[in-house]
Amino acid sequence: MNTSQPRARWSDKLAQGCRSIRIAFLGLAALGLQYTKTSLLIAIALSFLVSLVADRINPYWLYISYDIAISIIMAVSLNLINGYTGQFSLGHAGFMAVGGYAAAMITNQFGHLNFFAADGIFAVALLAGGLAAAATGLLVGLPTLRLRGDYLAIVTLGFGEIIRVIFQNMNSVGGARGLSVAHGWTNFFWSFGLVAVTVYVVASLVNSTYGCGFIAVHDDEIAAEAMGINTTKYKVTAFVIGAFFAGIAGGLYAHAKQFLTPGGFGFMQSITFVVMVILGGMGNTIGVILAAILLTLLPEGLRYLAGIEHVPGIAQAFPLGWIGDTRMIIYSLLLIVLMLTRPQGLFRLRKRKT
Amino acid sequence: MDALLQLDKATIRFGGLTAVSELDLQIGRNELVGLIGPNGAGKTTAFNLITGVYAPTSGGIFFDGRSIAGSKPYRITARGIARTFQNIRLFPSLTVFDNVRAVFHLHLRGDVRQALWRGKGYHAEEKSIAGRVMTLLDIFQLGKFRDEPAKSLSYGDQRRLEIVRALAATPRLLLLDEPAAGMNSTEKVELTRLIRFIREQFQISILLVEHDMQLVMGICERIAVLDYGVKIAEGTPEEVRRNPKVIEAYLGD
Repeated sequence: MNTSQPRARWSDKLAQGCRSIRIAFLGLAALGLQYTKTSLLIAIALSFLVSLVADRINPYWLYISYDIAISIIMAVSLNLINGYTGQFSLGHAGFMAVGGYAAAMITNQFGHLNFFAADGIFAVALLAGGLAAAATGLLVGLPTLRLRGDYLAIVTLGFGEIIRVIFQNMNSVGGARGLSVAHGWTNFFWSFGLVAVTVYVVASLVNSTYGCGFIAVHDDEIAAEAMGINTTKYKVTAFVIGAFFAGIAGGLYAHAKQFLTPGGFGFMQSITFVVMVILGGMGNTIGVILAAILLTLLPEGLRYLAGIEHVPGIAQAFPLGWIGDTRMIIYSLLLIVLMLTRPQGLFRLRKRKT
Repeated sequence: MDALLQLDKATIRFGGLTAVSELDLQIGRNELVGLIGPNGAGKTTAFNLITGVYAPTSGGIFFDGRSIAGSKPYRITARGIARTFQNIRLFPSLTVFDNVRAVFHLHLRGDVRQALWRGKGYHAEEKSIAGRVMTLLDIFQLGKFRDEPAKSLSYGDQRRLEIVRALAATPRLLLLDEPAAGMNSTEKVELTRLIRFIREQFQISILLVEHDMQLVMGICERIAVLDYGVKIAEGTPEEVRRNPKVIEAYLGD
């Protein structure tokens, strides 16, 4: 391998990466977590503007930005269930799978109709994926949300596995071979526009009088019930809304990767989202967004570190080849260290005043 | 039937144990009734029957002439019975303000959709709720703590906040479960004043379950005494104090 080439590519990509991350942050900053419709519209408009110049962004980083958006949607929606409402769900990837497969089936079937420059059918597919996941959430949530703590965690874990096994054995969606998705329609506008919608919905819910109920259920279920809060209804609501956005994220994922396999929605995937929520500080939307970005970038960043050994001069002074080989081990160790040192979450911001 | 709350031979059994047996109890409008008894007499169980935590095995419970036996706790609260807990149960991670605000969803006209759409009506309603919450907090001198997390308050303030939170449900009957638990004598005097004040200010009935005899004798017009789940006496504080059955229950033979 040419030694000078990786260096140029390396710094170039990093700079471009930083730029697109900054743009993403700008969108979030505009949203400002002000929970107003205006900021929501501004954020959506911003992501639309960025998507117009998307072809000037390095495709690799563009691709990573979709990953980031999907992670944010997953983590923020899971945060409504795990963080705010305090119901420990371990099956979030299962809802993502339902949404992903549903949306992919629709675009594979009707994608050629091409009305509204293809985006129309994509919107319908995403929405259908979200609704399918929400319906599944209702189906799973109604009987199980009477369970508490560990029991709920185990049931949702089982649910996630069931979903995976079902898709694995459904020949109509390719079974274990996976399903190719014909259209790669996920772009910056759809991914970050939907991030904005997700953040808006979750944030405006928990910051309303109605939404105080979610946190009340989390804090003390008996007291909440005694204070007139229908705890079951609140829990199911959180579960269904969370599942809906997980389904939408699944649709984005399907049309970004253009290939779905049941194995991609396994237990480990659910755990990754739970880690984002815990790391961000349960019930802290901004923290969870940052954690989702960090945990999506971390493996990529470590991949870059692996390239360091090719940088001239460094290879002789420091033998760094091991970083590349042990990338995933470092990732897990970092998680362990973070959990030990910051069990309350990396970003415990002061609660904003109402 | 003129009583606000009426227990009609309310009984609850857990397996072979009859925790509350054929309890008759009436609470009139704007009346302050005490429910006392030695440890394990079934006071808290009686409380849990009224608030819907348990459904009675037999017998009836009527609130304002309608049966509430077996209703869910949140429904009963919506009907107009609010309670506090023996071991304070606030929402620790919510602020003082939000602890009270959470209860106001009972009076919300809109639901999730309104919270999501955030239209004009939503903002007007949130504003009026904020005003009502602050009025309540200010009445009980808790306004200055509005943005503190509830868990950071002192013990006495937490007790008061719990009462404020119960009052936010605009109950017609307030149930206080051992409000004097863990209080020193100065705080108890303060509490007595507070309970009297609530009754006059809000014109509601209060049922007080209490261990502290002095406190109960001091403020209640009528006292019912439970022992082993059975009501052994009822009457004015003076009558109850002289009742030989009560003395026996408390002091043993």
